Amino acid sequence: MRRSLRRFDSGMRLPTAFRPLALRRFATLAAPLALLPGLLSACAPDGGSGVQSAKMATIKARGKLICGVDGSLPGFSFVGPDGRYSGLDVDVCKAMAAALFGDPEKVEYRNLNSSERFAALASGEIDLLSRNTTMTLSRDAAGGNALNFAPPTFYDGQGVMAPTASGIRTLKDLAGKPICVESGTTTELNLADRMREQNIAYTPLKFQTGDQTYAAYLQGRCVAVTSDRSQLAGKRSSFPQPDAHTLLPDVMSKEPLAPATVNADPVWADAVRWTVYALFQAEELGISKATIAAKVAEAKANTNQADLRRFLGVEGEFGKQLGLPADFVAKIIAAVGNYGEIFDRNVGPGSRLKLDRGVNRQWKQGGLIYAPPFR
Amino acid sequence: MDTLLRRLRHELFASKVDGLITLVLLGLIGAGGAGFLRWALGQAQWAVVRANSTLFALGRYPIEQQWRLWLLTALLAVATGITWGMLRSHPRPDRVGVLWPRNDRIAAVLLALLALGLPLALGLSGAVQLRWWGITALLLLWRWLAGRFGPGLPPLLKRLLPLGLPLLYLLGMVLIHGGLGLSPVSSSEWGGLMLTLLEASFAILLCFPLGVLLALGRRSELPLLRWGSVLYIEFIRGAPLITLLFLGQNMLGFLLPGGMAPERVWRAAWVLTLFAAAYLAEAVRSGLAAVPRGQLEAARSLGMSLPQAFASVVLPQALRVALPSMVGQFISLLQDTTLLSLIGLMELLGTARTVMANPAFLGRNAEVYFTLAVLFWCCCAALGLGSRALERRLDPAALARSG
Repeated sequence: MRRSLRRFDSGMRLPTAFRPLALRRFATLAAPLALLPGLLSACAPDGGSGVQSAKMATIKARGKLICGVDGSLPGFSFVGPDGRYSGLDVDVCKAMAAALFGDPEKVEYRNLNSSERFAALASGEIDLLSRNTTMTLSRDAAGGNALNFAPPTFYDGQGVMAPTASGIRTLKDLAGKPICVESGTTTELNLADRMREQNIAYTPLKFQTGDQTYAAYLQGRCVAVTSDRSQLAGKRSSFPQPDAHTLLPDVMSKEPLAPATVNADPVWADAVRWTVYALFQAEELGISKATIAAKVAEAKANTNQADLRRFLGVEGEFGKQLGLPADFVAKIIAAVGNYGEIFDRNVGPGSRLKLDRGVNRQWKQGGLIYAPPFR
Repeated sequence: MDTLLRRLRHELFASKVDGLITLVLLGLIGAGGAGFLRWALGQAQWAVVRANSTLFALGRYPIEQQWRLWLLTALLAVATGITWGMLRSHPRPDRVGVLWPRNDRIAAVLLALLALGLPLALGLSGAVQLRWWGITALLLLWRWLAGRFGPGLPPLLKRLLPLGLPLLYLLGMVLIHGGLGLSPVSSSEWGGLMLTLLEASFAILLCFPLGVLLALGRRSELPLLRWGSVLYIEFIRGAPLITLLFLGQNMLGFLLPGGMAPERVWRAAWVLTLFAAAYLAEAVRSGLAAVPRGQLEAARSLGMSLPQAFASVVLPQALRVALPSMVGQFISLLQDTTLLSLIGLMELLGTARTVMANPAFLGRNAEVYFTLAVLFWCCCAALGLGSRALERRLDPAALARSG
């Protein structure tokens, strides 16, 4: 589904000729305003108490965070029968609300499609965009969409799925075999590029829609099907026998999915960035939802644990420097758990998607999840 | 029985070719029906509808505030019962008044069966099931009361009774939205069938006066008014609804200062209204064109002012002619609300999309879409039935016969 949305997105870029104009006007208006808090905090002694952000002031006055999500992406954002949102993207919103208010439920969700998500962010209708958005240069640059990206919370990429029984384990095993692919997508081009690089001859079997593609794969007309890994996993869980299909470890494209805020408010962007890093760091330190209370008690009791004390806000001014409560990390972890827990619960082994951690492992296990020091 | 058989043979098996066609068609229908039944009873997993029935009905409306919607449903049932009973107690011009015609008796039985069967099929809790029973009983009770005692009411009260409907609509808005002492429920939590009906009814109610004004404006002799109306109608009809919806969602935020823009639900409702008004104006214009010019001239020569002549001579005739195409417009408006799912509103289709994204129900698309189709069919069929009843009531030939 995300693949088709992205295509829709690039198509939508043409008619919005007014957008750069409007954005630019917005940017010129907002630039001096945005500089103000920066100047103020620069003047303040040791950068502590002067942290101000128009956005954060608005959110705190409102009493809840407005978070833009997709609303219909398996594993990332959807509404359960009880009317509650869940998913990996949603948990990022909840973590942010926990950091701000100590309460993960103080979020109002807005379902956004791919064409309106940036306008909703730029116009201030939403505070935070956590909607499977691939971080790219043009989206980050001030001359482009002028977003400010937090660290990617999910490294997606194009993958290949094949029946487990077929014995196909790497791309090389696909030589001379038919592969099902949706035609006219970047998926099709990526597949062609990667296979050419590795000099593997294959037969692409092209279909107009995703449904046709997966139906053909299930009928055995091709030995493998390719799409984004998160999407393949979602489809697989709806197959009659999900266990009979395997995702190959090869990743053919880079899709770092990251939460985003507007460029104009660096203080708010920092708060979001370090909220995400806190999720990463907590996993690295082995602090989970279950152990957070004990860890806080341990940090309070033991003055020798300086790192832990600072991380959990028992001492130091990390929270204050970000404009957040001192114990924001403890609140986040108590509310949603660490990154590993979020991953497992929504898209990993604890969910029906059963995605492998892959490159989304901690850096110590050879993955890309890495938080700079909390110092 | 004998005549029925003879008629069937005459209509379906008149010749060899006819018989062959009938058999082939029967075979096809049978195969299709059997396939559907096999799917519906065997393969389909209806848990997705059962588990999410509240979501489909109300969206994310907070549970502790749902009593307000129950109250609203009960009030609607009472209003329906009264209207139904009053209509029956006032005989139609073309036929003798019968308090319980056969169709009504069938409808009452069907309603009772539905109230009994549907909550059971959806596996609703006993308390909720009881409420549905209560609401159905309320409807039928008021239908009976209004039919029995309605005609005896004082004439003034009978004339004022229809005013209760717009008041009920406003009250419903307050109940859904909050205010007047009720805690507000954010429109981002509205959804499902409730939001679909809310958006459609809002647009239908408001686009009607707007459309009539635009149609009159287009036929006006004042150039500014005429060209303004023409420009508006042609601009709106020249753009697909989805682009206007996107424009409404994306542009308003930039045009109005932060926080001033109406909420997304209302933005969409206004775009729908303004869109439908342009199409409705053309339907009304066709009705106006069908009224002979002599009617207006005759009314004027009787000493009526221009507004009077339009209000009591021209428009009633024009609207009667335009009624079928206007109702067609309303029905397509109701179906157009599905486009709102593309701008992130959780109306029926939006709810369906988020339900299908729940990993617990992945791949259950057919069940969800089938449910949606049935729900939409019920709403549109109700609109169509109502309009046909209205047409019969306004039929000039029947009016003349009774007159």
